[in-house]
Amino acid sequence: MTSAGILAETGSPPLDARSKALRSTVVEAIVAAGRGHLGPAMSLIEIMRTLYDHVLRVRPEEPLWPERDRCILSKGHGCLALYAILADKGFFPLETLATFCGHDSILGGHPEFGIVPGVEASTGALGHGLSIGIGRALALRMRGSKARIFVVLGDGELNEGSVWEAAMAASKHKLDSLTAVVDYNKFQSYGPTSEVLELEPLADKWRSFGFAVSEADGHDVSDLRRALEKVPYRAGRPSVLICHTVKGKGVPDAESNADWHHKNKLTANELTTIRSVLGGG
Amino acid sequence: MRKTSLDMVHALAKRDPRVVYIGSDPGSGTLDSMKKEFPQRFFIEGISEAHVVGMSAGMAMEGLIPYVNTIATFLTRRCYEQVAVDLCLHDLPVRLIANGGGLVYAPLGPTHLAVEDIAIMRALPNMTVVCPTDADEMRRFMEQTTEWPHPIYIRLGKGGDPITSRAEEGFEIGKAILKREPGRLLIATTGIMVHHVLGATKLLAAAGIHCGVVHFHTVKPLDEEALLDLASRVDAVVTVEEHTLIGGLGSAVVDCLSDRLALGKPVLRLGLPDRFTHNYGSQEGLLKHYGLSAEGIAAAVSRFVARPSAVQQPPSLVRV
Repeated sequence: MTSAGILAETGSPPLDARSKALRSTVVEAIVAAGRGHLGPAMSLIEIMRTLYDHVLRVRPEEPLWPERDRCILSKGHGCLALYAILADKGFFPLETLATFCGHDSILGGHPEFGIVPGVEASTGALGHGLSIGIGRALALRMRGSKARIFVVLGDGELNEGSVWEAAMAASKHKLDSLTAVVDYNKFQSYGPTSEVLELEPLADKWRSFGFAVSEADGHDVSDLRRALEKVPYRAGRPSVLICHTVKGKGVPDAESNADWHHKNKLTANELTTIRSVLGGG
Repeated sequence: MRKTSLDMVHALAKRDPRVVYIGSDPGSGTLDSMKKEFPQRFFIEGISEAHVVGMSAGMAMEGLIPYVNTIATFLTRRCYEQVAVDLCLHDLPVRLIANGGGLVYAPLGPTHLAVEDIAIMRALPNMTVVCPTDADEMRRFMEQTTEWPHPIYIRLGKGGDPITSRAEEGFEIGKAILKREPGRLLIATTGIMVHHVLGATKLLAAAGIHCGVVHFHTVKPLDEEALLDLASRVDAVVTVEEHTLIGGLGSAVVDCLSDRLALGKPVLRLGLPDRFTHNYGSQEGLLKHYGLSAEGIAAAVSRFVARPSAVQQPPSLVRV
């Protein structure tokens, strides 16, 4: 188990080529569209990558395969990280990213179910994904399916009371097929979560709501893989993985900088720097 | 009507394995028979309407047909975003069984009076809004709910509401029921107000004013063809609803007549004023207070007919 304090001192391993390439995909989509949530997508890259590379049982050529694991991005504003990995996996062509937020694009600023192959719920309004995941998990259990549910939540999203209504229900129903993954980048739109609405003691909160809790360095693929491959952490309990992340990870000026939450106009100098760091462009 | 709707959920569950019941915190013993027979498809989820609606959406995404049941105001106001996003945006076959539509909870005050529920539900794309008039009609309606592919908001009366529907009228979602052939006027109404409107027409007939009555049990999608046909045969249209005049049946009727260039005749809309109610008592008492008893409706229609600008004058032209 890793605490945020230790992470701050030791740092995550350097980003590898795949992490940089996925970030480049996100950045180029934002450049093409002239808009997009950069910070919230960047903190998610390793989480989404690990889920789709190592954990989820999905079939890109058959997005609605009945026995697939369902991954719901409840923090819909991080959708560029989801789009990047879905395109990488072949759910839709990579070139589609260049149409991000365009009038006729399938890729909006928040993901839509039924429109984007691989997207499991239309999100964007926060605090919805966990309840949807619980409903799906209950229905799947009723029909004897082994499919699992992963719901990726933002930390700011945990301000929503509906998340905690859902948490009680997941525990009541002993949904060990359900895993919540929290992108704990410690920042929300206005500023640090500790100032806007303190979440700590976060792990204890989830524990008290009946979840089995683990924590990981959200930018360390091997740490994430270790934590995500062993869910459920306890039989008969829903799991939560609290991922300690850095908002804007991989983009030096954006890291832990609330000003970059909605950043959509990159200057030529900023773009040059980003492309240089990520090795793209 | 309420008991019938819940009993029908159980009946439907017997023959359709997709049917599940989700209550928030209903009265003790609610649907015990279904709980006993189908414990895996019976859920009591606590006072957490936002979560309950989201959970029902997740179930429907996996092929189930959830019937979600709680008090109307909590099922509309409390979780409006979940209804809009989780149910309507995803266009899922979830049924919202809303206890106490309109003024049913009169003694409990304005937190419990569902008087703008039709307006906010019909504003949502993909939502169907149905207000059965009595228990018999509720049964015929519920029979159809497993095959309707969209979310449905079901507005319940108090229970023990007078039976005015007849088996031969049948029931089809989206198809209005003509209760009384039009005379000089047509009264369009919905839900339990059918009973009060029929009472009013007897009083009006005694005064020489013959009014037809049409029951739009489905407020959305509105049966526009029936409305246009019936409206073309009368001098004026009256709408009566147990709902604010903002956005309910009266608004839907006027929207349709206006959009279809048929607003060439006067329309009188009777309903609740744009203010919170601070009286208590009973549903009947509040209906009377707001002029929506049979006598109140008859009096309003009589005054309307007596207005020189109303029925006797040629229709005003709709300019486009």
